[in-house]
Amino acid sequence: MNLTLKIWRQNGSSDRGRMVTYEVQDVSPDMSFLEMLDVLNERLILEGDDPVAFDHDCREGICGMCGMVINGVAHGEQRATTTCQLHMRHFEDGATVTIEPWRAAPFPVVKDLVVDRSAFDRIIQAGGFISVPAGSAPDAHAVPVPKDDADAAFDAATCIGCGACVAACPNGSASLFTAAKITHLGLLPQGQPERASRAKAMVEQMDAEGFGGCTNTGECTAVCPKGIPLDAIARMNADYIKTAAK
Amino acid sequence: MAVTGAVLVLFLVGHMVGNLKSFLGADSFNHYAEWLRTVGSPALPNRTLLTIAEIGLVVAVVLHMWSAVSLARRAAKARPVKYAARVKPQAGGYATRTMRYGGVIILLFVIWHLLDLTFGVVNPKGGQATPYDRLVAGFAPDRWWVTVFYLVAMVMVGLHLRHGLWSALQTLGLAHRYKALKATSTVVSAVLVLGFAAVPVAVMIGVVK
Repeated sequence: MNLTLKIWRQNGSSDRGRMVTYEVQDVSPDMSFLEMLDVLNERLILEGDDPVAFDHDCREGICGMCGMVINGVAHGEQRATTTCQLHMRHFEDGATVTIEPWRAAPFPVVKDLVVDRSAFDRIIQAGGFISVPAGSAPDAHAVPVPKDDADAAFDAATCIGCGACVAACPNGSASLFTAAKITHLGLLPQGQPERASRAKAMVEQMDAEGFGGCTNTGECTAVCPKGIPLDAIARMNADYIKTAAK
Repeated sequence: MAVTGAVLVLFLVGHMVGNLKSFLGADSFNHYAEWLRTVGSPALPNRTLLTIAEIGLVVAVVLHMWSAVSLARRAAKARPVKYAARVKPQAGGYATRTMRYGGVIILLFVIWHLLDLTFGVVNPKGGQATPYDRLVAGFAPDRWWVTVFYLVAMVMVGLHLRHGLWSALQTLGLAHRYKALKATSTVVSAVLVLGFAAVPVAVMIGVVK
Protein backbone atom coordinates (compact mmCIF):
# COMPACT_ATOMS: atom_id res chain seq x y z
CA MET A 1 0.00 0.00 0.00
CA ASN A 2 1.02 3.61 -0.60
CA LEU A 3 0.48 6.41 1.88
CA THR A 4 0.86 10.16 2.12
CA LEU A 5 2.24 11.16 5.51
CA LYS A 6 2.02 14.63 6.99
CA ILE A 7 4.57 14.63 9.79
CA TRP A 8 5.50 17.30 12.33
CA ARG A 9 9.19 18.16 11.88
CA GLN A 10 10.89 20.26 14.53
CA ASN A 11 14.64 20.49 14.82
CA GLY A 12 15.09 20.97 18.56
CA SER A 13 13.10 22.85 21.17
CA SER A 14 14.01 26.31 19.84
CA ASP A 15 12.82 25.52 16.30
CA ARG A 16 9.26 26.60 15.45
CA GLY A 17 8.46 23.36 13.60
CA ARG A 18 6.21 22.63 10.61
CA MET A 19 4.22 19.88 8.96
CA VAL A 20 6.14 18.14 6.13
CA THR A 21 4.53 15.82 3.55
CA TYR A 22 6.16 12.50 2.61
CA GLU A 23 5.08 9.73 0.26
CA VAL A 24 5.79 6.14 1.33
CA GLN A 25 5.46 3.29 -1.18
CA ASP A 26 5.09 -0.47 -0.82
CA VAL A 27 3.97 -0.54 2.82
CA SER A 28 2.92 -4.03 3.92
CA PRO A 29 -0.43 -4.22 5.76
CA ASP A 30 1.33 -6.50 8.25
CA MET A 31 3.77 -3.80 9.29
CA SER A 32 3.31 -1.96 12.55
CA PHE A 33 2.98 1.81 12.40
CA LEU A 34 6.53 2.21 13.67
CA GLU A 35 7.88 -0.23 11.05
CA MET A 36 6.19 1.91 8.41
CA LEU A 37 8.06 4.92 9.82
CA ASP A 38 11.27 2.83 9.78
CA VAL A 39 10.76 2.31 6.02
CA LEU A 40 10.40 6.06 5.55
CA ASN A 41 13.47 6.76 7.70
CA GLU A 42 15.67 4.26 5.80
CA ARG A 43 14.80 6.05 2.59
CA LEU A 44 15.43 9.47 4.15
CA ILE A 45 18.87 8.31 5.38
CA LEU A 46 19.76 6.93 1.92
CA GLU A 47 18.75 10.24 0.37
CA GLY A 48 20.94 12.09 2.87
CA ASP A 49 17.95 13.60 4.74
CA ASP A 50 17.39 13.76 8.48
CA PRO A 51 15.27 10.78 9.63
CA VAL A 52 12.07 11.45 11.57
CA ALA A 53 12.80 11.17 15.31
CA PHE A 54 10.28 9.19 17.37
CA ASP A 55 10.38 7.43 20.73
CA HIS A 56 10.14 3.63 20.88
CA ASP A 57 11.62 0.82 22.90
CA CYS A 58 10.00 -2.59 23.46
CA ARG A 59 7.64 -2.51 20.46
CA GLU A 60 5.51 -4.98 22.40
CA GLY A 61 3.01 -2.49 23.81
CA ILE A 62 4.27 -2.69 27.39
CA CYS A 63 6.97 -0.06 27.88
CA GLY A 64 5.11 3.21 27.26
CA MET A 65 7.88 4.84 25.19
CA CYS A 66 6.11 5.15 21.86
CA GLY A 67 3.20 7.45 21.20
CA MET A 68 2.09 9.94 18.60
CA VAL A 69 -1.15 11.59 17.63
CA ILE A 70 -2.31 9.87 14.44
CA ASN A 71 -5.07 11.62 12.50
CA GLY A 72 -6.03 13.57 15.60
CA VAL A 73 -6.20 10.56 17.94
CA ALA A 74 -3.50 9.60 20.46
CA HIS A 75 -2.02 6.19 19.44
CA GLY A 76 -4.44 6.15 16.48
CA GLU A 77 -8.08 5.14 16.33
CA GLN A 78 -7.57 1.49 17.33
CA ARG A 79 -8.75 1.17 20.95
CA ALA A 80 -6.51 -0.05 23.78
CA THR A 81 -3.49 -0.13 21.46
CA THR A 82 -0.08 1.52 21.62
CA THR A 83 1.35 2.99 18.42
CA CYS A 84 3.83 0.10 18.11
CA GLN A 85 0.95 -2.41 18.18
CA LEU A 86 -1.10 -0.48 15.63
CA HIS A 87 -0.89 -2.24 12.28
CA MET A 88 -1.07 -0.77 8.80
CA ARG A 89 -4.02 -3.01 7.85
CA HIS A 90 -6.21 -0.52 9.73
CA PHE A 91 -5.37 2.13 7.11
CA GLU A 92 -6.66 2.37 3.56
CA ASP A 93 -4.36 2.30 0.54
CA GLY A 94 -3.71 5.84 -0.67
CA ALA A 95 -4.79 7.42 2.62
CA THR A 96 -3.28 10.60 4.02
CA VAL A 97 -2.10 10.18 7.61
CA THR A 98 -1.29 13.11 9.89
CA ILE A 99 1.32 12.41 12.58
CA GLU A 100 1.99 14.83 15.43
CA PRO A 101 3.72 14.72 18.82
CA TRP A 102 1.82 14.86 22.14
CA ARG A 103 0.77 18.49 22.55
CA ALA A 104 1.09 19.84 26.07
CA ALA A 105 3.12 22.64 27.61
CA PRO A 106 4.60 20.30 30.29
CA PHE A 107 5.72 17.93 27.44
CA PRO A 108 8.12 20.11 25.41
CA VAL A 109 9.09 18.75 21.98
CA VAL A 110 12.69 17.49 21.96
CA LYS A 111 12.76 16.74 18.23
CA ASP A 112 10.06 15.92 15.66
CA LEU A 113 7.73 13.45 17.42
CA VAL A 114 9.81 13.04 20.60
CA VAL A 115 8.57 14.88 23.68
CA ASP A 116 10.16 15.21 27.12
CA ARG A 117 7.88 13.45 29.65
CA SER A 118 10.06 14.16 32.72
CA ALA A 119 7.02 15.91 34.24
CA PHE A 120 5.56 12.42 34.83
CA ASP A 121 8.76 11.34 36.60
CA ARG A 122 8.56 14.35 38.90
CA ILE A 123 4.93 13.48 39.77
CA ILE A 124 6.08 9.95 40.65
CA GLN A 125 8.98 11.33 42.71
CA ALA A 126 6.59 13.59 44.61
CA GLY A 127 4.71 10.44 45.67
CA GLY A 128 7.73 9.39 47.75
CA PHE A 129 8.19 5.99 49.36
CA ILE A 130 5.95 3.43 51.05
CA SER A 131 6.88 2.10 54.49
CA VAL A 132 7.64 -1.62 54.21
CA PRO A 133 9.74 -3.67 56.59
CA ALA A 134 13.10 -4.30 54.93
CA GLY A 135 15.02 -7.49 55.63
CA SER A 136 14.01 -11.02 54.82
CA ALA A 137 11.12 -11.61 52.42
CA PRO A 138 7.74 -11.77 54.19
CA ASP A 139 5.69 -14.96 54.13
CA ALA A 140 3.31 -15.22 51.22
CA HIS A 141 -0.21 -14.09 52.17
CA ALA A 142 1.03 -12.57 55.42
CA VAL A 143 -0.93 -9.45 54.44
CA PRO A 144 -4.38 -10.42 53.15
CA VAL A 145 -5.70 -8.31 50.24
CA PRO A 146 -9.37 -8.57 49.19
CA LYS A 147 -9.66 -9.90 45.63
CA ASP A 148 -11.65 -6.88 44.34
CA ASP A 149 -9.09 -4.45 45.73
CA ALA A 150 -6.23 -6.47 44.28
CA ASP A 151 -7.92 -6.47 40.86
CA ALA A 152 -8.69 -2.74 40.92
CA ALA A 153 -5.16 -1.95 42.12
CA PHE A 154 -3.72 -4.09 39.35
CA ASP A 155 -5.90 -2.42 36.71
CA ALA A 156 -4.51 0.94 37.82
CA ALA A 157 -0.95 -0.41 37.99
CA THR A 158 -1.06 -1.39 34.30
CA CYS A 159 -0.49 2.31 33.45
CA ILE A 160 2.68 2.49 31.35
CA GLY A 161 3.02 6.29 31.62
CA CYS A 162 2.92 6.87 27.86
CA GLY A 163 1.16 10.23 28.18
CA ALA A 164 -1.70 9.56 25.75
CA CYS A 165 -4.17 10.73 28.42
CA VAL A 166 -2.57 14.17 28.46
CA ALA A 167 -2.35 14.28 24.65
CA ALA A 168 -6.04 13.43 24.23
CA CYS A 169 -7.43 15.60 27.04
CA PRO A 170 -9.03 18.80 25.71
CA ASN A 171 -7.73 20.46 28.89
CA GLY A 172 -4.23 18.94 28.74
CA SER A 173 -4.79 17.38 32.17
CA ALA A 174 -2.62 14.60 33.63
CA SER A 175 -5.35 13.44 36.01
CA LEU A 176 -5.71 9.90 34.66
CA PHE A 177 -1.96 9.21 34.92
CA THR A 178 -1.67 10.67 38.43
CA ALA A 179 -4.90 8.96 39.52
CA ALA A 180 -3.69 5.58 38.27
CA LYS A 181 -0.50 5.90 40.32
CA ILE A 182 -2.37 7.10 43.42
CA THR A 183 -5.02 4.37 43.07
CA HIS A 184 -2.72 1.40 42.68
CA LEU A 185 -0.94 2.10 45.97
CA GLY A 186 -3.97 3.54 47.74
CA LEU A 187 -6.01 0.36 47.34
CA LEU A 188 -3.37 -1.92 48.83
CA PRO A 189 -2.60 -2.37 52.57
CA GLN A 190 1.08 -1.60 51.91
CA GLY A 191 0.11 1.83 50.59
CA GLN A 192 -1.99 2.96 53.58
CA PRO A 193 0.54 4.72 55.91
CA GLU A 194 1.44 7.43 53.35
CA ARG A 195 -1.85 7.35 51.42
CA ALA A 196 -3.02 10.86 52.32
CA SER A 197 0.31 12.67 52.03
CA ARG A 198 1.08 10.85 48.77
CA ALA A 199 -2.17 11.97 47.11
CA LYS A 200 -1.65 15.56 48.23
CA ALA A 201 1.99 15.73 47.08
CA MET A 202 1.31 14.11 43.70
CA VAL A 203 -1.73 16.28 42.88
CA GLU A 204 0.18 19.43 43.85
CA GLN A 205 3.16 18.39 41.71
CA MET A 206 0.80 17.68 38.79
CA ASP A 207 -0.64 21.20 39.07
CA ALA A 208 2.83 22.74 39.47
CA GLU A 209 3.96 21.13 36.21
CA GLY A 210 1.35 23.19 34.33
CA PHE A 211 -1.12 20.46 33.34
CA GLY A 212 -4.72 21.57 32.87
CA GLY A 213 -7.68 20.84 35.13
CA CYS A 214 -9.87 17.75 34.77
CA THR A 215 -13.44 18.26 33.51
CA ASN A 216 -14.22 14.53 33.33
CA THR A 217 -14.60 14.41 29.54
CA GLY A 218 -13.43 10.76 29.46
CA GLU A 219 -11.17 11.30 26.41
CA CYS A 220 -8.19 10.02 28.45
CA THR A 221 -9.65 6.61 29.26
CA ALA A 222 -10.93 6.22 25.68
CA VAL A 223 -7.40 6.51 24.21
CA CYS A 224 -5.53 4.83 27.09
CA PRO A 225 -3.72 1.79 25.66
CA LYS A 226 -4.26 0.05 29.00
CA GLY A 227 -7.87 1.15 29.46
CA ILE A 228 -7.32 2.73 32.91
CA PRO A 229 -10.88 3.39 34.16
CA LEU A 230 -12.13 6.90 34.87
CA ASP A 231 -13.13 6.04 38.44
CA ALA A 232 -9.42 6.15 39.31
CA ILE A 233 -9.83 9.95 39.10
CA ALA A 234 -12.71 9.79 41.60
CA ARG A 235 -10.44 7.85 43.99
CA MET A 236 -7.68 10.44 43.56
CA ASN A 237 -10.14 13.26 44.26
CA ALA A 238 -11.51 11.44 47.31
CA ASP A 239 -8.00 10.98 48.75
CA TYR A 240 -7.08 14.58 47.96
CA ILE A 241 -10.27 16.05 49.49
CA LYS A 242 -9.71 14.00 52.66
CA THR A 243 -6.22 15.50 53.12
CA ALA A 244 -7.41 18.99 52.25
CA ALA A 245 -10.16 18.70 54.89
CA LYS A 246 -7.63 17.83 57.62
CA MET B 1 -17.51 23.85 39.70
CA ALA B 2 -19.01 20.86 41.53
CA VAL B 3 -20.17 22.63 44.70
CA THR B 4 -21.72 25.65 42.95
CA GLY B 5 -23.28 23.30 40.38
CA ALA B 6 -24.84 21.27 43.20
CA VAL B 7 -26.41 24.45 44.65
CA LEU B 8 -27.91 25.26 41.26
CA VAL B 9 -29.24 21.71 40.78
CA LEU B 10 -31.00 21.88 44.16
CA PHE B 11 -32.55 25.17 43.06
CA LEU B 12 -33.71 23.59 39.79
CA VAL B 13 -35.45 20.76 41.64
CA GLY B 14 -37.35 23.25 43.84
CA HIS B 15 -38.14 25.45 40.84
CA MET B 16 -39.55 22.52 38.87
CA VAL B 17 -41.78 21.38 41.75
CA GLY B 18 -43.08 24.94 42.11
CA ASN B 19 -43.78 25.19 38.38
CA LEU B 20 -45.85 22.02 38.42
CA LYS B 21 -48.24 23.78 40.82
CA SER B 22 -49.60 25.58 37.75
CA PHE B 23 -51.46 22.33 36.95
CA LEU B 24 -53.39 22.74 40.23
CA GLY B 25 -54.93 26.00 39.04
CA ALA B 26 -54.41 29.76 39.32
CA ASP B 27 -55.06 29.99 43.06
CA SER B 28 -52.60 27.29 43.99
CA PHE B 29 -49.87 28.75 41.76
CA ASN B 30 -50.40 32.37 42.89
CA HIS B 31 -50.59 31.28 46.50
CA TYR B 32 -47.27 29.45 46.13
CA ALA B 33 -45.69 32.57 44.62
CA GLU B 34 -47.06 34.61 47.55
CA TRP B 35 -45.76 32.03 50.04
CA LEU B 36 -42.21 32.35 48.63
CA ARG B 37 -42.34 36.01 49.62
CA THR B 38 -43.94 35.61 53.03
CA VAL B 39 -42.29 32.39 54.27
CA GLY B 40 -40.85 32.90 57.74
CA SER B 41 -43.16 35.82 58.61
CA PRO B 42 -44.18 37.19 60.98
CA ALA B 43 -40.91 36.17 62.69
CA LEU B 44 -38.99 37.58 59.73
CA PRO B 45 -39.89 40.50 57.44
CA ASN B 46 -41.33 39.57 54.05
CA ARG B 47 -38.86 38.44 51.39
CA THR B 48 -36.11 37.77 53.98
CA LEU B 49 -35.58 34.13 53.07
CA LEU B 50 -36.29 34.78 49.39
CA THR B 51 -33.63 37.51 49.27
CA ILE B 52 -31.11 35.27 51.02
CA ALA B 53 -31.84 32.53 48.48
CA GLU B 54 -31.52 35.00 45.58
CA ILE B 55 -28.16 36.25 46.83
CA GLY B 56 -26.99 32.66 47.30
CA LEU B 57 -27.99 31.79 43.74
CA VAL B 58 -26.27 34.82 42.22
CA VAL B 59 -23.09 34.00 44.16
CA ALA B 60 -23.31 30.35 42.99
CA VAL B 61 -23.79 31.41 39.34
CA VAL B 62 -20.87 33.87 39.47
CA LEU B 63 -18.53 31.35 41.14
CA HIS B 64 -19.65 28.64 38.69
CA MET B 65 -18.75 30.90 35.74
CA TRP B 66 -15.49 31.94 37.38
CA SER B 67 -14.52 28.24 37.80
CA ALA B 68 -15.40 27.55 34.16
CA VAL B 69 -13.36 30.50 32.89
CA SER B 70 -10.33 29.61 35.02
CA LEU B 71 -10.48 25.97 33.87
CA ALA B 72 -10.66 27.09 30.23
CA ARG B 73 -7.72 29.43 30.73
CA ARG B 74 -5.67 26.67 32.39
CA ALA B 75 -6.53 24.39 29.46
CA ALA B 76 -5.38 27.01 26.93
CA LYS B 77 -2.10 27.44 28.83
CA ALA B 78 -1.55 23.67 29.02
CA ARG B 79 -1.76 23.32 25.21
CA PRO B 80 -0.18 26.37 23.58
CA VAL B 81 0.40 24.55 20.25
CA LYS B 82 -2.82 23.08 18.86
CA TYR B 83 -3.09 19.87 16.84
CA ALA B 84 -2.97 20.35 13.05
CA ALA B 85 -5.34 17.44 12.43
CA ARG B 86 -8.95 17.86 13.49
CA VAL B 87 -9.13 16.16 16.89
CA LYS B 88 -11.65 13.32 16.78
CA PRO B 89 -13.43 12.94 20.13
CA GLN B 90 -13.16 9.31 21.24
CA ALA B 91 -15.44 9.36 24.26
CA GLY B 92 -18.73 10.22 22.52
CA GLY B 93 -20.28 12.63 24.98
CA TYR B 94 -21.98 15.39 22.98
CA ALA B 95 -23.12 16.85 26.30
CA THR B 96 -19.52 16.89 27.53
CA ARG B 97 -18.30 18.90 24.56
CA THR B 98 -21.07 21.49 24.84
CA MET B 99 -20.48 22.38 28.51
CA ARG B 100 -18.68 25.67 27.91
CA TYR B 101 -20.74 27.26 25.12
CA GLY B 102 -23.85 25.45 26.37
CA GLY B 103 -23.36 27.27 29.65
CA VAL B 104 -23.27 30.62 27.83
CA ILE B 105 -26.53 29.77 26.01
CA ILE B 106 -28.15 28.84 29.34
CA LEU B 107 -27.01 32.18 30.81
CA LEU B 108 -28.64 34.07 27.90
CA PHE B 109 -31.81 32.04 28.44
CA VAL B 110 -31.88 32.84 32.17
CA ILE B 111 -31.59 36.57 31.38
CA TRP B 112 -34.56 36.35 28.96
CA HIS B 113 -36.49 34.18 31.42
CA LEU B 114 -36.07 36.73 34.26
CA LEU B 115 -37.08 39.61 31.95
CA ASP B 116 -40.12 37.60 30.85
CA LEU B 117 -41.66 35.99 33.93
CA THR B 118 -39.98 37.72 36.89
CA PHE B 119 -39.79 41.39 35.86
CA GLY B 120 -42.42 41.15 33.08
CA VAL B 121 -40.44 43.48 30.79
CA VAL B 122 -40.88 41.28 27.71
CA ASN B 123 -44.14 39.71 28.94
CA PRO B 124 -47.41 40.81 27.27
CA LYS B 125 -49.09 41.27 30.69
CA GLY B 126 -46.19 43.23 32.20
CA GLY B 127 -44.83 43.02 35.75
CA GLN B 128 -48.06 43.98 37.59
CA ALA B 129 -50.18 40.95 36.60
CA THR B 130 -50.42 37.86 38.85
CA PRO B 131 -47.72 35.23 38.27
CA TYR B 132 -50.31 32.84 36.81
CA ASP B 133 -51.59 35.44 34.27
CA ARG B 134 -48.03 36.21 33.23
CA LEU B 135 -47.36 32.50 32.76
CA VAL B 136 -50.47 31.93 30.62
CA ALA B 137 -49.90 35.09 28.56
CA GLY B 138 -46.19 34.34 28.09
CA PHE B 139 -46.75 30.93 26.54
CA ALA B 140 -49.96 31.79 24.64
CA PRO B 141 -50.37 29.84 21.36
CA ASP B 142 -49.70 32.94 19.22
CA ARG B 143 -46.36 33.30 21.03
CA TRP B 144 -45.36 29.75 20.07
CA TRP B 145 -41.79 30.86 19.33
CA VAL B 146 -41.32 31.68 23.03
CA THR B 147 -42.35 28.14 23.92
CA VAL B 148 -40.00 26.71 21.30
CA PHE B 149 -37.18 28.86 22.68
CA TYR B 150 -37.91 27.60 26.20
CA LEU B 151 -37.98 23.97 25.05
CA VAL B 152 -34.63 24.31 23.23
CA ALA B 153 -33.17 25.95 26.33
CA MET B 154 -34.49 23.11 28.51
CA VAL B 155 -32.77 20.54 26.29
CA MET B 156 -29.53 22.55 26.65
CA VAL B 157 -29.99 22.53 30.44
CA GLY B 158 -30.61 18.78 30.32
CA LEU B 159 -27.42 18.14 28.33
CA HIS B 160 -25.49 20.41 30.70
CA LEU B 161 -26.82 18.50 33.71
CA ARG B 162 -26.26 15.08 32.19
CA HIS B 163 -22.52 15.66 32.20
CA GLY B 164 -22.54 18.12 35.10
CA LEU B 165 -24.24 15.92 37.68
CA TRP B 166 -22.00 12.95 37.12
CA SER B 167 -18.91 15.12 36.75
CA ALA B 168 -19.66 16.83 40.08
CA LEU B 169 -19.84 13.44 41.83
CA GLN B 170 -16.55 12.47 40.20
CA THR B 171 -14.86 15.73 41.23
CA LEU B 172 -16.05 15.29 44.82
CA GLY B 173 -14.57 11.77 44.78
CA LEU B 174 -17.89 9.95 45.09
CA ALA B 175 -18.14 8.32 41.66
CA HIS B 176 -16.69 4.88 42.30
CA ARG B 177 -19.68 3.19 40.65
CA TYR B 178 -19.26 4.65 37.19
CA LYS B 179 -22.17 3.12 35.28
CA ALA B 180 -24.80 3.43 38.02
CA LEU B 181 -24.00 7.09 38.66
CA LYS B 182 -23.90 7.96 34.95
CA ALA B 183 -27.34 6.37 34.51
CA THR B 184 -28.67 8.22 37.58
CA SER B 185 -27.40 11.54 36.20
CA THR B 186 -29.15 10.89 32.90
CA VAL B 187 -32.45 9.97 34.61
CA VAL B 188 -32.39 12.99 36.95
CA SER B 189 -31.61 15.30 34.00
CA ALA B 190 -34.43 13.80 31.94
CA VAL B 191 -36.95 14.17 34.81
CA LEU B 192 -35.97 17.83 35.25
CA VAL B 193 -36.25 18.54 31.50
CA LEU B 194 -39.67 16.88 31.25
CA GLY B 195 -40.90 18.60 34.42
CA PHE B 196 -39.84 22.01 33.16
CA ALA B 197 -41.05 21.42 29.60
CA ALA B 198 -44.50 20.25 30.75
CA VAL B 199 -45.70 23.71 31.86
CA PRO B 200 -45.03 25.79 28.68
CA VAL B 201 -46.34 22.96 26.49
CA ALA B 202 -49.49 22.65 28.64
CA VAL B 203 -50.12 26.40 28.34
CA MET B 204 -49.54 26.40 24.59
CA ILE B 205 -51.95 23.54 23.90
CA GLY B 206 -54.51 24.99 26.32
CA VAL B 207 -54.42 22.47 29.18
CA VAL B 208 -53.39 25.27 31.56
CA LYS B 209 -55.32 28.49 30.87
